[in-house]
Amino acid sequence: MAHVGAPWAQRLGLALLLLALLVTPPFLPPYLLTLLTQTLIYAILAMSLDLTLGYTGLASLGHAAYLGLGAYSVGILATRWGAGFWMALLVGIALATAVAAVFGLVALRATGVYFLMITLALGMVVWGLANRWVSLTRGDNGISPVPRPVLGLPWSFGRALPFYYLALVGFVLALVVLRVIVRSPFGATLIGIRESESRMRTLGYHVWLHKYLAFVISGAVGGFAGVLWAYYNGFVTPSDLDLSVSIEVLLMVALGGRGTLLGPALGAGVIVLLKNLVSVYTQRWLLILGLVYVGTIRYAPEGIAGALMQWRRWMQRARAA
Amino acid sequence: MTPVLSLTRVSKSFGGLAALSDVSLSVGPGERRAIIGPNGAGKTTLFSLISGEALPSGGEILLFGRDVTRLAPHRRAALGLARTYQITNLFPRLTAFANCVLAAQALRPMKLHPHRDLRRYPEVLHRAGEVLAAVGLAGKADATVQDLSHGEQRQLEIALAIAGTPRLLLLDEPTAGLSPAESTTMTTLLKGLDPSITLLVIEHDMDVAFALTDRITVLHYGKVVADGLRHEVTANPLVQEIYLGVA
Amino acid sequence: MEFWVTQLFNGVSYGALLFLLAGGLSLIFGMMRIVNMTHGSHYLLGAYLALTFLTRTGSYVLALLGGALAIAVLGVIEWDRFLQGLRGQELAQVLTTMGLALIFQDLALVTWGGDPYNLKIPAVLSGKYHLGTFFFPVYRVFIIVVALGVAVVLWLVVERTRVGAMMRATVDDAEMARGVGINVSGISLGVFALGAALAAVAGVVAGGFLGIYPGADFEILSYAFVVVIVGGLGSLRGALIGSLLVGLLDNFGKALFPELSYFTLFAPMAAILAVRPTGLFGRA
Repeated sequence: MAHVGAPWAQRLGLALLLLALLVTPPFLPPYLLTLLTQTLIYAILAMSLDLTLGYTGLASLGHAAYLGLGAYSVGILATRWGAGFWMALLVGIALATAVAAVFGLVALRATGVYFLMITLALGMVVWGLANRWVSLTRGDNGISPVPRPVLGLPWSFGRALPFYYLALVGFVLALVVLRVIVRSPFGATLIGIRESESRMRTLGYHVWLHKYLAFVISGAVGGFAGVLWAYYNGFVTPSDLDLSVSIEVLLMVALGGRGTLLGPALGAGVIVLLKNLVSVYTQRWLLILGLVYVGTIRYAPEGIAGALMQWRRWMQRARAA
Repeated sequence: MTPVLSLTRVSKSFGGLAALSDVSLSVGPGERRAIIGPNGAGKTTLFSLISGEALPSGGEILLFGRDVTRLAPHRRAALGLARTYQITNLFPRLTAFANCVLAAQALRPMKLHPHRDLRRYPEVLHRAGEVLAAVGLAGKADATVQDLSHGEQRQLEIALAIAGTPRLLLLDEPTAGLSPAESTTMTTLLKGLDPSITLLVIEHDMDVAFALTDRITVLHYGKVVADGLRHEVTANPLVQEIYLGVA
Repeated sequence: MEFWVTQLFNGVSYGALLFLLAGGLSLIFGMMRIVNMTHGSHYLLGAYLALTFLTRTGSYVLALLGGALAIAVLGVIEWDRFLQGLRGQELAQVLTTMGLALIFQDLALVTWGGDPYNLKIPAVLSGKYHLGTFFFPVYRVFIIVVALGVAVVLWLVVERTRVGAMMRATVDDAEMARGVGINVSGISLGVFALGAALAAVAGVVAGGFLGIYPGADFEILSYAFVVVIVGGLGSLRGALIGSLLVGLLDNFGKALFPELSYFTLFAPMAAILAVRPTGLFGRA
């Protein structure tokens, strides 16, 4: 309901962004292209978390679990049964959805810091299985190599550029789906719940149901990101669903701006580039990443999108004065 | 005729403290009833029990003839119950119009639609504009709640409550914190409500209570001490002693 | 028989270590409702600092106290500079403490390098007790004794002193406590420092048998969280029972079902939460 910038400016910005994502990749150096692919996949994950964190106001500390479920579905199906892309995609999303449907039942009994703790615990259940159910997941060693998908198209997704475009299609798809949802009547109810759960309840909303649906959709889209992640990396390991990944996604959403979808996508880009490029120049990238965490909360608590909005308001006031 | 609301020996205690004890109450269709009583008499607790935000420790609550004693708040709203709050409870960062949209779609099945833009539901948008105009805030549609004055926020509370065309409306101190002028505006607004809506009003301001209602229930330390027409209640010596003050 | 006794003993001594770690975390949770990701850093930094003190002074006791004290000071700085203003903002707390934890991890890497260390334990604590056919390492008995001592002291402080009464009042209802004139920010600062110091003690103690290495901070953090979640935020009794439970589950799980050992740890935890979202002894 509250968006950054005037509608036309926003639409223009979105169009330019998509155009750039479409046209420039063939001219990018290979390393940058892989980082951009990685960004798109993490952007899907961050946007899926934004539905619960940004729109509904539910901070989950276990979102990496869904990335992991999608990724392991691909890893196991593709390497053991030689399953194709569509099969792996279907199972990956279905598994993430099913697990989110069960976890939601447990987690949504709590609120605030308890919700945070329960989602953390549930995330660790999945992480624990990935680590120790060795006969299925190969434990610490992880599953590799996961072959790149074959879709019967004239391009080989083993090459970086076609795979980039596959990830781009996935990103646009997730963006469109989530954007339609947040602008629908249902999406409005999520914002209402974020702003005042008690008022929603007496207005006549079954608040729990709306939160639950948001939680499950968020898990499903997270699973979709996981499917692409496994194909992109070519391997799956327990570290894909580490607690630190869950927190990193939270950072992406907070950094980009909660409740804006594109903000978290931007946040994903910043973090992916930072992690990879900074480590080229200095050994101290953990330190810098840590400073980004602390600095985001200190200096841009509403994220990049929030900062832009504030800047716009400031400009308006300056013009009025 | 079936009463709109009927409470039978309803009690509520917090820890060992009894906030309400054995409250019985019956409100008929179209009635306008004031609930008065000193601070801490249990008036707001009574509203929370009726709306379902709190559950009673004992007793029975019937809404439109149906037992709702343990029914969830949203189910009671669906039966035709709405309420406002003494301490303004709105969606502070959303616009006045968005607040009304959330209220207007609350009882429609389309609230769960995830696939179509909200702007393509003209009946909801129309209803939101309608209630906004009804409370005199048509010009403030795009202002966020936190930019509205206190009086305007109180008016918006009313808009949210009537958006779902309730049959029973609970108003918790609608004029709390208003200036005399704002209070008059609010009273006029409430007097203009559809007469078929049954009204239950908690009010401290006697003038407002008398202007809006014809029957009065007096609560004191969680108990009903008087119940009747205005002149009966004001003539009651007990009420004069504990509430109106023997002047 | 021998298997069961040994595993039971190992489980209890590991539980004792977890209590040292999680007792403080639970108090911090209970009082400030803060999700503190730096708790593992306090554990690891405490061990590293003790290592340095030990090589400088040669005294184990000085190293233990020095490590705990230094981390208490660090906790005061963290609370004062970063966390105090984030009351009630869970996301901001998680991200800020995570950032600090990453910074600490990197600073530790710069200072002590990537090699694993073992904290040399004093001669009195090495060796084994013989009891019939069973052997009990003295060091693990020492851990149990330390944990019991800390538990008793904490219990006495919380239940029997004026400060403890204020702490309990703050856990129950911070607003009310502030209203009746309790210095809530002072108490919070104290509890945060105490929790940090206890984590450091746990780190020093663990340095003697689990070792000190980069990554130990986050590894142990998940265990501390599990204990606190199972026991219930803010409950000492919950932390004690949770520690024992997790210590035993982890040990027997690893010994009996190595395939599913994390699962045997986390699944009961999830089951407890499904029934009691606030943990075994937590209050909403």
